[in-house]
Amino acid sequence: MSVLLIAEHNNKEVRPFTYNAITAASQINEDLHVLVLGHQADDVAKSLSEVPNVKKIIHVDNEIYENYIAENYTAAIIKHAESYSHIVSSANTFGKNLMPRIAALLDTSQVSDIIKVISEDTFLRPIYAGNAFATVKSNDKKKCVTIRPTSFDPADKSGGSAKITKSDPAEASSSTKFLKKEEVKSDRPELGTARIVISGGRGMQNGENFKLISDIADKLNAAIGASRAAVDAGYITNDHQVGQTGKVVVPDLYIAVGISGAIQHLAGMKESKVIVAINKDGEAPIFSVADYGLEADLFEALPQFLSELNKLNTIQK
Amino acid sequence: MKILVAVKRVIDYNVQIRVKEDGSGVVTDNVKMSTNPPDDNAIEEAVKIKEAGKAKEIVAITIGEEKAQETVRKALAVGADRGIHVKVDNVIEPLAVSKILKKIVEKENPDLVFMGKQAIDDDCNQTGQMLAALLNWPQATFASKIEVKDNALEVTREIDEGLETIEVNVPAIVTCDLRLNEPRYASLPNIMKAKKKPIEQLNASDLGVDINPRIEQIKVEEPPKRKAGIKVASVEELVQKLKNEAKVI
Repeated sequence: MSVLLIAEHNNKEVRPFTYNAITAASQINEDLHVLVLGHQADDVAKSLSEVPNVKKIIHVDNEIYENYIAENYTAAIIKHAESYSHIVSSANTFGKNLMPRIAALLDTSQVSDIIKVISEDTFLRPIYAGNAFATVKSNDKKKCVTIRPTSFDPADKSGGSAKITKSDPAEASSSTKFLKKEEVKSDRPELGTARIVISGGRGMQNGENFKLISDIADKLNAAIGASRAAVDAGYITNDHQVGQTGKVVVPDLYIAVGISGAIQHLAGMKESKVIVAINKDGEAPIFSVADYGLEADLFEALPQFLSELNKLNTIQK
Repeated sequence: MKILVAVKRVIDYNVQIRVKEDGSGVVTDNVKMSTNPPDDNAIEEAVKIKEAGKAKEIVAITIGEEKAQETVRKALAVGADRGIHVKVDNVIEPLAVSKILKKIVEKENPDLVFMGKQAIDDDCNQTGQMLAALLNWPQATFASKIEVKDNALEVTREIDEGLETIEVNVPAIVTCDLRLNEPRYASLPNIMKAKKKPIEQLNASDLGVDINPRIEQIKVEEPPKRKAGIKVASVEELVQKLKNEAKVI
């Protein structure tokens, strides 16, 4: 049987992690279908039909799918579930909110946040904030799986021509109402997919000091991250949080500034290719995962860092 | 209103876990255990709602081995009125947990069920959503703000793009984020008082739900270790290394 992937999008564009989830889903089974639930999301269905790994698109257009109301999404997905062996989505706040609701109705024990497909029923997933990896085999007939997007490369976006089939909506829930979304707009790359991430922690002392970070982020075309301590203290908004309960990032370069390196933070960044730690406490645990550690006062080091970057002739973007 | 709060006993968040040599799991003997951190936020929020006069009773429930009762006892010490402990001997999956919780909800008839958004041991992030599905109740996950209205809750949720606000009719399930509130510490007199509060004990096997595992844990292993790094002496050296050695800038 085939695999059904639930697309994440904003009705205009496909959200980038959908492409990573497509890669993982097509490793489970090559007969991959994508379900697009949205409102006037024809462009999304079209974009996804051009992904070579995708064999078929099911497009359901209705205003009740304009926002991600898990109750409404679930009803529509259950309608299609019968023909599929696996239902998959990304393990970000979209899929985490949605998939267990589907799994419970299918009486399936969900496999969350996989980082590797071993076979169509066996997967590798991190537990204990990534301090252990578990190999798990699902014995349910129908499998519900969420995928850690940063563990899979994004799928090619063009060259395919999957057929788009329209389908009817399911009933809407009357007990949940969407009120508003406060999205933080930024010209910087997205935290989850940026090539370089520079993060600040409690050591930044206040929100204004994050300017030292953003100046460097501008120079390196980096995304800005933060530890939970910095978000809790109100220095920066929650969408920047990296860690076990925030975002997991795997950039080429991760620069941790004034972050001690609690287990919960390391869970979100320790798979980064190159890690730099700048901290004045030489004993801070962050140094145990850093490729390059600089024991220094960040208020001196960051301006120097910017001026050294300014001296370089070229910087990779 | 009546609020049921589900709490789980897990390895303390500050403990560096160790993987067992035989690959069967992680070492839990003689390891500090405590309440799953966002479950503390769930209890705190329930207590705040009761203090504001909007809830009459808070029932704390845990599912687990004998010692899991400690988490209920702690919830009683910060303001829950009574406890329920459903005994199971082995680790059970979120699907089984939500089936047990459904039975308890049917018996207790709460208006709201609160719990943490994720347990920090298995990192599944499933139970609340599954319970909501089984009860056909609305769900408000990853809550960082809850406003109680007439027969509804306005909940601000932490999502990848920022914040989302939804309204859910009561009865509803809410899973709590760490930023929802600042959990209080139990005072000594309240800890003493909590010892007198009742905890009802039930056996999962008496509830008539299938709690057999559906997922086989084949092995648990340590993640690949990072190679030890170096300390650089200056910012200048750092930038040179990033440019010429790591070649990332």
